[in-house]
Amino acid sequence: MKTDLIIAGVGGQGILSIGAIIGQAALYDELEIKQAETHGMSQRGGAVVSHVRLSDQPVYADLIHRGQADLILAVEPMEALRQLPFLKTDGYLVTNTEPFRNLSNYPSRSEIQEAFDRLPHVLLLNATDIAHQTGNPKASNLVMLGALSAFIQLSLHAFETGIESVFHLKGQNVIDINQKAFIAGREEALSQLGSSRQTG
Amino acid sequence: MKRELFLGNEAVAQAAIDAGISGVYAYPGTPSTEITEYIQQNSLAVERKVHSKWSANEKTAYETALGMSYAGKRALVCMKQVGLNVAADVFMNSAITGIHGGLVLAVADDPGMHSSQNEQDSRYYGQFAMIPVLEPSNQQEAYNMTYEAFQLSEQTQLPVMLRLTTRLSHSRSGVWRREVLQPKTLRLPKNSKQFLLLPIFARKNYARLLEKQVPLNLLAEQSKYNFFRDGQDHSLGIVCCGLAWNYVQEVYAGSAIPFPIVKISQYPLPEKLMGKLYESSDELLVIEEGYPLVESQLRDFFGKGKPVHGKLDGWLNRYGELTTDQVGRALKVEYDAVFESPDCVVPRPPSFCMGCGHVDAFVALQEAVAEFGEGHVFSDIGCYALAALPPFESIYSCVDMGASITMAKGAADAGLFPAIAVLGDSTFAHSGMTGLLDAVNEHTNMLIVISDNKSVSMTGGQDSAATDILETICVGLGVDTRHIRIVVPLKKNYAEMVRIFKEEIAFVGVSVVIPRRECLQRAARRLRQYRIRRTK
Repeated sequence: MKTDLIIAGVGGQGILSIGAIIGQAALYDELEIKQAETHGMSQRGGAVVSHVRLSDQPVYADLIHRGQADLILAVEPMEALRQLPFLKTDGYLVTNTEPFRNLSNYPSRSEIQEAFDRLPHVLLLNATDIAHQTGNPKASNLVMLGALSAFIQLSLHAFETGIESVFHLKGQNVIDINQKAFIAGREEALSQLGSSRQTG
Repeated sequence: MKRELFLGNEAVAQAAIDAGISGVYAYPGTPSTEITEYIQQNSLAVERKVHSKWSANEKTAYETALGMSYAGKRALVCMKQVGLNVAADVFMNSAITGIHGGLVLAVADDPGMHSSQNEQDSRYYGQFAMIPVLEPSNQQEAYNMTYEAFQLSEQTQLPVMLRLTTRLSHSRSGVWRREVLQPKTLRLPKNSKQFLLLPIFARKNYARLLEKQVPLNLLAEQSKYNFFRDGQDHSLGIVCCGLAWNYVQEVYAGSAIPFPIVKISQYPLPEKLMGKLYESSDELLVIEEGYPLVESQLRDFFGKGKPVHGKLDGWLNRYGELTTDQVGRALKVEYDAVFESPDCVVPRPPSFCMGCGHVDAFVALQEAVAEFGEGHVFSDIGCYALAALPPFESIYSCVDMGASITMAKGAADAGLFPAIAVLGDSTFAHSGMTGLLDAVNEHTNMLIVISDNKSVSMTGGQDSAATDILETICVGLGVDTRHIRIVVPLKKNYAEMVRIFKEEIAFVGVSVVIPRRECLQRAARRLRQYRIRRTK
């Protein structure tokens, strides 16, 4: 088992948190893990990316080779597209559709949609809306992490443990609302995958 | 015991705690900051009262750590690569005094300049000072090598440099810990002249440092972190320094590496080990993160020996960070990238946070200097350097910590009017104070804007050494109290801010304007912590 993931978003969207949760979850499931992330200047509203590599064998490089990622998980649609050169031919792109607009020249929705349409495996969800519905508008990152859980071989319990360990300093309430957002994202992804499998 | 998930930086921090340090000394700087932060929050370190408060700058940090070493205790000092320039004086001399309690310098380089103004390679400093340099290739090695570095420091009686780069500092992996050691007890150096670098003593110390070079080389030959592995194909021999090892492993993942290979994680460069690779290969390829240091050492000046490839002949990029792609290209093992990022994807550079006080200060300052045209505002290292980007594009220098004041002074000396420096409170405390003293002593006609957000914000909101004492410092340095003006950078105060800026530009002499409003990120963090404490 080996999974190479790219996680993308904008500084402040919680990319580091979901990276850390996956890391904790991987250790819980006794897998090898390397998870490289962006700190510093880019955290001020800039493009942020994390490379996550999971395997039952030793993992060497902290960075994924271009064209070798099994999946791109993005909390922001344009940031998803920025990372496309890392995606494998048969890789999956899983992204939030809600843009983070802190730019005047942000592309139009149709330009972004056309780019998604050109890819073979895409799963789109409005994580921002789903996060709102779960009562925690800031948790779109956890919604996306939930969606990811439908794709990768980490146990649900491992994810829950990861969420707990990353948010334990912030109190039980924060853990609970993040778990809720995680489950909502997971269910949405499973239902989309289920219906596409039935029709396809 | 179970494996713990650590950033490279956290592995260094945990290892230092486990090795029984009594203090960590540092100034925040990406990519090194998390080492000190981890120690500040670690319960064992807190319980043991391990010193972990931030220092005013890297020089004071290093000197204090050396003082702790003098007193017989183990100390860790951390900084980013450019911080070592600030600490270079004491760093170079600490190799000559030698140490008493183990002293480890963790310095994090930033190849690719993710968050830095250059990509200088600290290994050169290690070579310059003639001390052992350790360069871990992964998080477990970062832990193990830090843990052992204190012992190595005490054994060689020298400070030991742990050289990290962004990719290792900011990447997580599972790490096994070792036994927790007791801190050392207070004891003075046996030789009361050891730390006296008067020429008469320094000459003896320097001779001793030179004598140590032979045993240092031997230690590198014997180090378990340096090794040779033979391969089938002797047309090429590979030298991997630190992280480069991972990329080569990755390129050949699932199959044996065809070429003989040497991994280097401890310097000085072991001659015999390198000789073995040289003898068994037709050509060499050196893969290293940062500058071509080892490559330059192996390449002979007139090029009469075997060819040595790497950054100097274009097999690898001369600058930027190493990647698996790049190493794969050099070894002719490549994968296709089938998808391209579409043209509609535009750059998303970092930007000021919504509602940031620096922004309000800049908008007002821009209006106040508009009549003088471009080129009057010198700035510094910190969030406010984002004013170099659109929509502001209103600062004209960002060179090194504190240089805003001194460069503005130099320009004023040359006749530029107005000459304006903009820097933050923490940068001012780090390296701005001495420049201000120069300006005061010469009655330089200039305006200094200290945009005070009570925080070291770019690195994540650490405590600023100037908080609550900024005016006192300015007064103490001799600035006329009538020309130390405090404003609150808020939209409603624009008119007042513009007026004050204009008045102080017009004043002939040194003026200081302090726009003061707490960093929003720091305020939010403070509020969150307050709420958590309340609910507990």
